[in-house]
Amino acid sequence: MLELIVISSLNGVLFGMLLFLMASGLTVIFSMLGVLNFAHASFYMLGAFFGFQTSRWLGFWPALLIAPLLAGAIGAGVERYGLRRVHKNGHVAELLFTFGLAFVIEEVVQIIWGKSPVDFRVPSLLDFPAFTIFSTNYPAYKMFMLLVSVVIFLGLLIVLKKTRIGLIVQAALTHPHMVGHLGHNVGRIFMLVFGVGTALAAVAGVIAGPALVTQSNMAGLLGPILFVVVVVGGLGSLSGAFVGSLLIGLVQTFAVSMNGSLSGAFGPLGPAYASTWLSDIWGVTIAQIAPIMPYVLLVLILIFRPMGLLGTRDT
Amino acid sequence: MRKLMMAAALVLPMFGTAAMAQDTLKIGYIDPLSGGGASVGEVGLKTFQFLADEVNAKGGIQGKKVEIVPLDNKTNPQESLIQAQKAIDAGIRYLTQGNGSSVAGALSDFVAKYNERNPGKEVLYFNYAAVDPVLTNAKCNFWHFRWDANSDIKMEALTNYMKTAPAIKNVYLLNQDYSFGESVRSAAKAMLAAKRPDIKIVGDELHPLLKITDFAPYIAKIKASGADTVVTGNWGQDFALLLKAAADTGLKVNWYTYYAGGTGGPTAVKQANLNHQVFAVGEGIPNLDHPSSQEFEKAFRAKYDVSVFYPRAVNQMRMLATAADKAKSIDPVKVAFALEGMEFEVFDGGNGNMRKDDHQFFQPMYIASLGDRTEKEPFDEEKTGWGWKLVAKIDTPQTILPTTCKMDRPN
Amino acid sequence: MSEITASAAPPLPGTAEKLKFYGLWAAAAIALLLLPRIFSSGGSLTTFSLIGISIIFSLSYNILLGQTGMLSFGHAVYYGLGGFLVIHAINIIGANKLPIPLPLVPMIGGLTGLLFAVLLGWVSTQRSGTAFAMISLGVAELIASSALILRTFFGGEAGISANRTKLLRVFDWNFGPQIQIYYLVAAWTLIAVIAMYALTRTPLGRMCNAVRDNPERVQFVGYNPHVVRYLAFCFSGFFAGIAGALAAINFEIANSAYLGALQSGTVLESTYIGGIGFFIGPIVGAIFVTFLSLGLSDLTPVWQLYFGLIFIAVVVFAPGGVTGLAMMHRPLLKAGTLMRVLPSYLIALLPTLAMIAGFILSLETIVHYSVNPGDDPHVKAFGVSFDAASPLIWATAAILLIGGYLIARKTWTWVGYAWDEATSVAREKGIAA
Repeated sequence: MLELIVISSLNGVLFGMLLFLMASGLTVIFSMLGVLNFAHASFYMLGAFFGFQTSRWLGFWPALLIAPLLAGAIGAGVERYGLRRVHKNGHVAELLFTFGLAFVIEEVVQIIWGKSPVDFRVPSLLDFPAFTIFSTNYPAYKMFMLLVSVVIFLGLLIVLKKTRIGLIVQAALTHPHMVGHLGHNVGRIFMLVFGVGTALAAVAGVIAGPALVTQSNMAGLLGPILFVVVVVGGLGSLSGAFVGSLLIGLVQTFAVSMNGSLSGAFGPLGPAYASTWLSDIWGVTIAQIAPIMPYVLLVLILIFRPMGLLGTRDT
Repeated sequence: MRKLMMAAALVLPMFGTAAMAQDTLKIGYIDPLSGGGASVGEVGLKTFQFLADEVNAKGGIQGKKVEIVPLDNKTNPQESLIQAQKAIDAGIRYLTQGNGSSVAGALSDFVAKYNERNPGKEVLYFNYAAVDPVLTNAKCNFWHFRWDANSDIKMEALTNYMKTAPAIKNVYLLNQDYSFGESVRSAAKAMLAAKRPDIKIVGDELHPLLKITDFAPYIAKIKASGADTVVTGNWGQDFALLLKAAADTGLKVNWYTYYAGGTGGPTAVKQANLNHQVFAVGEGIPNLDHPSSQEFEKAFRAKYDVSVFYPRAVNQMRMLATAADKAKSIDPVKVAFALEGMEFEVFDGGNGNMRKDDHQFFQPMYIASLGDRTEKEPFDEEKTGWGWKLVAKIDTPQTILPTTCKMDRPN
Repeated sequence: MSEITASAAPPLPGTAEKLKFYGLWAAAAIALLLLPRIFSSGGSLTTFSLIGISIIFSLSYNILLGQTGMLSFGHAVYYGLGGFLVIHAINIIGANKLPIPLPLVPMIGGLTGLLFAVLLGWVSTQRSGTAFAMISLGVAELIASSALILRTFFGGEAGISANRTKLLRVFDWNFGPQIQIYYLVAAWTLIAVIAMYALTRTPLGRMCNAVRDNPERVQFVGYNPHVVRYLAFCFSGFFAGIAGALAAINFEIANSAYLGALQSGTVLESTYIGGIGFFIGPIVGAIFVTFLSLGLSDLTPVWQLYFGLIFIAVVVFAPGGVTGLAMMHRPLLKAGTLMRVLPSYLIALLPTLAMIAGFILSLETIVHYSVNPGDDPHVKAFGVSFDAASPLIWATAAILLIGGYLIARKTWTWVGYAWDEATSVAREKGIAA
């Protein structure tokens, strides 16, 4: 039992940090550009596949650097030539543009790399168990993932709080128009932010690729969860994104390992009709509904606290 | 030629013209050719095309050349029905499909209703891979024939093998939470209780289908239960990630699976470095000591660079040819009557028969393990270097299960 | 005062206008009746039925998007729930031999859609814009995932099937043959389209437009935007339920794909590509997208890529959709200056087609090399065969693509000049442009 809790906590925090790498980029892009980038999870997938291909040619460590740069460059290009042009047609058009983009990126990935999973391996340097908790080995690679996420998070924090560009980005997070009035090249900042945001998602992809299955449906699996994280945490709040990511990561990991169900809890009191139409709800275990728990959370938050847990902006 | 024909077939029938030329026997292959399931659908298509070439080289079926018409159903039941309608409009009277029991159920239902409402224009549906037992039990119908051993039959074969393996003491059942996973676990529990009551089922888990990204908590539970064997019907990414998590945590158990041989399966096993610890039950493996099937395997791999995943497709096509010869016609109703009850020498050697009561084909089943090869195993899988090694053969009589099917027969 | 009100209200339509208006609807009805005489094969009847269903679904979606400005990513929920309840209803009616004929069954679907829209709509419509889009996505994912958990109602992945011929016969029709289903769908399509058009002409319809354009102003005027959005949501759910019911009747099966993200995405694409600014936009979009999704997959293995690219092209270059593009020409038509623009269109058409051909050629060649490198390089795409391995083809593709693009850029600026001329003439004539 204790073993399960410890392992699940570790995995939950890990998953949460991965989500945060993506959610941070998404939040910053949304706050500055006002557009919820539907294709954000697609950049995560691009990162994984670029990482895979680069690691084939040059090895894993160069891939860690090159793949996010490549994905970020594509992101910047998308902003400059696509999003900016659609901007004048309104928010709906921007959202739909990113929606179509997500679709097209998935298709292109399928064309180039196929529809089956690709063999993205953990680098041999990290392919050993880091430590053993209660007879279960915890892989070193996962600790590496945790390390990278934390380093990037700290780096992001430092950049935002201590550098000039970070100051501007912070200002643009809450007062985008004012930043433009003050004379900063808002267009270039937007491009930079979009590029960095997507590069962050790509980093998540590169490090998650060997651990999870690298396949062309990666984006579709993680995309909706990402939106839940951002909305639950609060649109526009970076710390909210952090809290939201950890929350969702832990909830999902823990829910999967729990076997409780209504029948388990209230079995002896089971009403007569429990064995008919409602039997599904009666007998379902928490583990079985684990994948929908984030959405339940999303709907609850949107009803009771629409600005999210730590959100400051109304959309 | 195919695509041009299909494009024409789309336009011309809109004007209600008569069906295409009668010198070909067209078989509509309805499976995913785009999207997520396409990697599997494409392999099936290549298999059938190879088989059609083989039949045509011998003069075709009843003098008619066999043509496989690919119809992309995008793994969607509604789309499958649309494609089936398109196929019927183009004059196709044989449909084959395999990927997805939900699609199979919809198709089987559609074919039954179509044949009932359009006497004289009957269509047959050959199921080569959808294993839901219900298709040859409660939802059986005369127009549906299944060549894949359904999931209960596979479990029957597997548990008959496990009867002879005293090392298996604690079994953990881990399956996907949908109809297939459900049938695997209930069949496993019932059959093990009957054949090896001394085996303890130390765990019985259903996990959400294709949604889990990290199986570590499940592996932790398996470890905690003290199991020495895991029985799972997992396929695709659920299989790959499960093995990955097992390898990460160093879990040492034997895995008895249905689909370790499926696309991506051998790669996952090799990546997890589980040498001869993963077993699969199926109707054949490439490394059987059977010259004609090995020749076929060699030729197929030379042309398409994939393994013969579907020995049962070979049986299907060859039995179609034989049935048409027996009935001296390619009329679906006559062929159907010729097919049911037919005894046949199967692809990998041995006797199989298409049971008349439920149109389920019974054949010898094999348990094999994936790992290092010796000279007895010339073929490897997915370029991993590892291949299937025969562990046990279950003869046809030991795979037979009763059926609840009561089908309406045409006169 | 009365003079102001007398001149502020639009004049009542004259007889000629009324004739034109009702004549249009009558013509549509007659066209629907005659269509199966011209195209009578089973496949085309199925296609028409699917188009009819898609028209109702897209129009219901446009009540949300085009008229009230609410972008929903989860509209298939009401479509799917309508479909499921209808399948169960058909099974129950058939088993108990209730006197409800099949033509009345879509109403059950509509009422189901309405019920769930009423239940879920109040909290969904609290906000609009991005928050509404997100909540619609969340609710849709929630219900779609629950479909696999609540097996008894939703039947798991296999879904639930029914037999539509077991119901009460109407005029000796048992609705087995596809032609009868076509007439059922056509009748309901006509009814639904008339009803939804009528909705746009009511004060509620107008207030929806107002909420779309300026919700704050609507509050000043005294209406609660939340209530208006909620009502629009309910109507939208009602018609989506009818569409779902007809789909369930057509396929005789309902499964969790009805509720899924793919279905929601498809209706979004149909509506948007057709054009959200006009009533007939979604109708055009539904016809276009249905044909595309049925036919494209036979012509090329990467049809989904083309689909996505077409969608992006519409979003970027033609946000008004196909109908928007067509309607742009209406003032020119009225002013009689359309002829001026046509020649420049024809000139621009050639290099544009060349560019597209080059693009398709390159794409298919790349696809061939990455997907089936070992296969025979003689590829067929869009009914045209070519040898993907020949450098001549590569050169041709490059020339067509690059050359076509450069020339097209030039010619489209000419189109711009022609347009300017034509619109200034139209403006002089007093027809606003």
